[in-house]
Amino acid sequence: MKNVIVIIKKQIKDTIKNKTVLIQFVLFPVMTLIMENAMKIKDMPELFITKLFSVMYIGMAPLTAVAAIISEEKEKNTLRVLMMANVAPGQYLTGVGIYVWTVCMAGAAVMATGFEQKDILLYLATMGIGFAISIVLGGCIGIFANNQMAATSLVMPVMAVLSFGPMLALFNDTIEKAARFLYTQQIRVFLDNMTVDRSTGKGAVIIAVNAAVLILLFFTAFKRKELGK
Amino acid sequence: MIRCVDIYKSFADKLVLSGINFDIQSGEIFGLLGPSGAGKTTLIKILTGQLPFESGYAFTLGKNVGDLSGEDKRNIGIMMDEFGVYERFSCIENLKIFADIYGVAHVKIKDTLEIVGLGDAVKVKAKNLSKGMRTRLQLARVFLHSPKIIFLDEPTSGLDPQTMKSIHRIILDKKKSGATIFLTTHNMEEAAALCDTVALLNEGVIVEKGSPKEICRKYNHQKKIELHLSSGEDVLLPHGKESAGEIYKLFEAESVETIHSSEPNLETVFLELTGRKLQEDA
Ligand SMILES: Nc1ncnc2c1ncn2[C@@H]1O[C@H](COP(=O)(O)OP(=O)(O)OP(=O)(O)O)[C@@H](O)[C@H]1O
Ligand SMILES: [Mg+2]
Repeated sequence: MKNVIVIIKKQIKDTIKNKTVLIQFVLFPVMTLIMENAMKIKDMPELFITKLFSVMYIGMAPLTAVAAIISEEKEKNTLRVLMMANVAPGQYLTGVGIYVWTVCMAGAAVMATGFEQKDILLYLATMGIGFAISIVLGGCIGIFANNQMAATSLVMPVMAVLSFGPMLALFNDTIEKAARFLYTQQIRVFLDNMTVDRSTGKGAVIIAVNAAVLILLFFTAFKRKELGK
Repeated sequence: MIRCVDIYKSFADKLVLSGINFDIQSGEIFGLLGPSGAGKTTLIKILTGQLPFESGYAFTLGKNVGDLSGEDKRNIGIMMDEFGVYERFSCIENLKIFADIYGVAHVKIKDTLEIVGLGDAVKVKAKNLSKGMRTRLQLARVFLHSPKIIFLDEPTSGLDPQTMKSIHRIILDKKKSGATIFLTTHNMEEAAALCDTVALLNEGVIVEKGSPKEICRKYNHQKKIELHLSSGEDVLLPHGKESAGEIYKLFEAESVETIHSSEPNLETVFLELTGRKLQEDA
């Protein structure tokens, strides 16, 4: 536990220093605030921009951040030093995961300001689940990639599918049919209604299956590629 | 403290270490001297449990390296040339991370930075450090938790002679405080200046080991005495009573400037044993 906290503290200190990761965290919340307030289009559903950006936030920020953090430590050979100082790979990954999740939640809290009071908690809970799944996926990429370049080239396509899939699904039926199986799409559908009813169940199952598959992938990767060796 | 028994290690089909045997006593500086590719880093990795090996036994802190516990790792400090530092963090921030991991009080960080000569660079970001300063920061990280055994993989490679000397002083001070130090180098002067014991490693085989002086004496085949005369002339005389008269005469004429026995150095011993030079550029 002590080591997990050390990693979290280290990452918090790095937040302001590491511009590439910082921009990921800040971009969507800030853009949401600006666009939601600046753009007033007639007939646009309520909080349309916020909801759309929320899904993109889930599909981009945690994924990029986790993959970038892990792959940088691999590339710069600082991860090996941590392991030699007896920080276990699991402790390291937990620390990075908790850190990224917390920062993303802070971003989500900013985006939540547009919601009615009664919806805020539900919105944050949904975002929290989405972030967690993306973090696991980011962890898979971070474990697989040996350097930052490799991580970026893996993150890009995955991020595009997760973030733009749900957006394009709004305009194209075929894409919608495929995107249905993505957790980000299900989260978008849920955010559109913001109510828990019978149709929510199916979405929840798809999200759970997504999570289960990714967690499995994560542990397989974790076992196969010994971190820091 | 450290013991190797018949260690064999190969990568794919290539035998990198073949039958390594030695013992390192507590409190000594042990130097593994060998040219590039000899297997020095590989042996450090084995002794610190970073690398599995095919056969033999490796003991560190008196324990099989496979059985080293977390507490044991706390008593080991390792500096490898490929180890990194957190570039965006200052020296002190870098060390804080490891102080927290090892449970070392933060007041000790500044002291440690002083010891390695980074007292004035506490707040400098690692990415702005020179190569020598970076080495010092790595040393500070290794010393921070006062480990009993310290492994240093080529601690002075690529450093200018002055920085190198200063690092030597730091290492010798560390020895005084009771640590056992295992270092690798391909610099024979460094080995001679620092080490109580050296092992000459060539292509995975230890070709000779002992104290640097012992080794040089052992390979002193020519047994000559070298005199430098005030006339500028160098005279080489056999090491024996047949030279006594000659030396007496030269001293009486007050024409001797320096006199010493002409023993080989570690470099020449290595060359004699292996037909190879320690450093390509040497
Ligand atoms: N992971 C590896 N896979 C394959 N071969 C390796 C690996 N690590 C080292 N070797 C080989 O083992 C031999 C010894 O390497 P090692 O790094 O131990 O040498 P060294 O004495 O430390 O050299 P240097 O002075 O250049 O650091 C080299 O021929 C090297 O190519
Ligand atoms: Mg080496």
